[in-house]
Amino acid sequence: MGYKSQRWGIKNRSVSRSDRDSLLLKGLALNEKDAIHFIYKENFSLVQTLIIRNNGTEDDARDVFQEALLVLYEKSQTDDFELTCQIRTYLYSVARRIWLKKLQYLKRFESPDEDLVETVSIEEDLEAHEKRTAQYGVMKAAMGRLGEPCKSLLEAFYVHQKSMVEISAYFGYTNADNAKTQKYKCLMRLKKLFFAEYKPQ
Amino acid sequence: MDQYQHIAATEKFLRGEMSPDECRVFEETRRSNPAQDQLFVEHQLMLDRMVTYAERKRVKANLHDIHQTLQESGDIQPLEKEVQGKLLELWTRYRRVVGVAASIAGVTALLISGITAVFAPKAPITVVEELRRKVSRLERQSSNQRAEINAVRKKIEPGREVSFGGTSFLIDAKGYLVTSAHVLTDATGVVVQNHTGEEFRATIVFADIQRDLAILKIEDDDFLPKSALPYGISRNGMEIAEPVFTLGYPKDEVVYGEGYLSARSGAEGDTLSYQLSISANPGNSGGPVINRKGEVIGILNARQAKAEGVVFAIRSLNIYRLVEEMKDQNLAKGLRLSAASQIKGLDRIRQVRKIQDCIYMVKVLM
Repeated sequence: MGYKSQRWGIKNRSVSRSDRDSLLLKGLALNEKDAIHFIYKENFSLVQTLIIRNNGTEDDARDVFQEALLVLYEKSQTDDFELTCQIRTYLYSVARRIWLKKLQYLKRFESPDEDLVETVSIEEDLEAHEKRTAQYGVMKAAMGRLGEPCKSLLEAFYVHQKSMVEISAYFGYTNADNAKTQKYKCLMRLKKLFFAEYKPQ
Repeated sequence: MDQYQHIAATEKFLRGEMSPDECRVFEETRRSNPAQDQLFVEHQLMLDRMVTYAERKRVKANLHDIHQTLQESGDIQPLEKEVQGKLLELWTRYRRVVGVAASIAGVTALLISGITAVFAPKAPITVVEELRRKVSRLERQSSNQRAEINAVRKKIEPGREVSFGGTSFLIDAKGYLVTSAHVLTDATGVVVQNHTGEEFRATIVFADIQRDLAILKIEDDDFLPKSALPYGISRNGMEIAEPVFTLGYPKDEVVYGEGYLSARSGAEGDTLSYQLSISANPGNSGGPVINRKGEVIGILNARQAKAEGVVFAIRSLNIYRLVEEMKDQNLAKGLRLSAASQIKGLDRIRQVRKIQDCIYMVKVLM
């Protein structure tokens, strides 16, 4: 962290657009707030205009844009990650596809009214994303049925990345080892719920 | 190794926290013991999914925060739906001109209304016009014809005339309806009709002239009680500017109208009512005023005679009061109100589709 937002600014002409994009993507891959903040600020209104002109609401615009960013994030996690177009083009293409799918699903589909913004093919990325979304759903359902305090304990460790020492203090265990024992007990319970939901693809 | 130790070891192994010796032992047990290997595969799969689950949750939380920050700092702004495409261009180009024109118009309007208020003769006290509908001869003919075609049995006995029409809506799925009391003035009988044209006989259970509310009960074997109502009846107050919509029968067909809450009191400071800006016509009286969450917040009852679009609605809380009074007099057998809306998240078209089944035209027989 420790970036200043200006660092990404267009005013800084010594950084070309593609260099800037690759810096931003590095930040995105690490889930860094400043980089994502910048990408968000630069691209949201384009997607918002698209969604709202095509029967969507503000909330739809937010959801679709965030999902598109998630697709880009997931892509940035792959080993051979390379973006062959601008971030803007990519996000627009993904958002457009997601929204068209949703419209078809809701049967509100009309031919899209849009600006002439260039798009790229993103089908493969979206497929991977949908697979991950399904996997996410399985784990989410299992976690949802896990109950407390197991759910909070596992989330503290895996989602919020707290240390076992912090967790034992927060949940009131006498020491980190006891917290760890509890964590593995919770994992064993989760395992049952997880495999009850799990369907191999 | 039991399962519990095994998952601990697997996690240690996957996180690369094992020493090379421990690693060798761990891999050896997997090779020599297929059951242990099977466990490893399961644990690895689950831990792996847990890590990706956690990762997505973190990214989502981050995106959510960023959206919030950008919205607060004004870097992203909501786009008005009305201002689209070409309009948006025109707006950005001419907004100054429009602003100046609008303020001139505003000042002029204020001046003129001020002058009229000073010089005009005092208006008669009854500036409020009730929204019940005189059914004209023509409409009566057409509705009679249609009813003859549609209905096998007609609920209105021959020789009796339908004189006034209004709107009513279910407050209990068992067949209790609420409408405006003034719709029922001088009634000797009541028939209600749903949006598909079916008629049902109803009785007036209770009327409160002061609040201008009345409760009807459908007493007809053809009526099939519903399981639950899509909307709730709100007990809470509304904020000014909240968007609302209504469904009613200003003609022989259900009509949708939309507007907003413009003041928290009704005509001449009446605190039982709200003032709305919505298009309403005779026949809308007794119709529900519904907010976007699908909660009934009022019952339409009147409009200002000399101003277009100024309409008044009785606050929905009065329905609760009315029902309590009825209970005191043992009149509300099994009548229960619900504040929970079941159509909160739906879009408007689907909300209306669900609601219209519960909106009835009131036909008053004299």
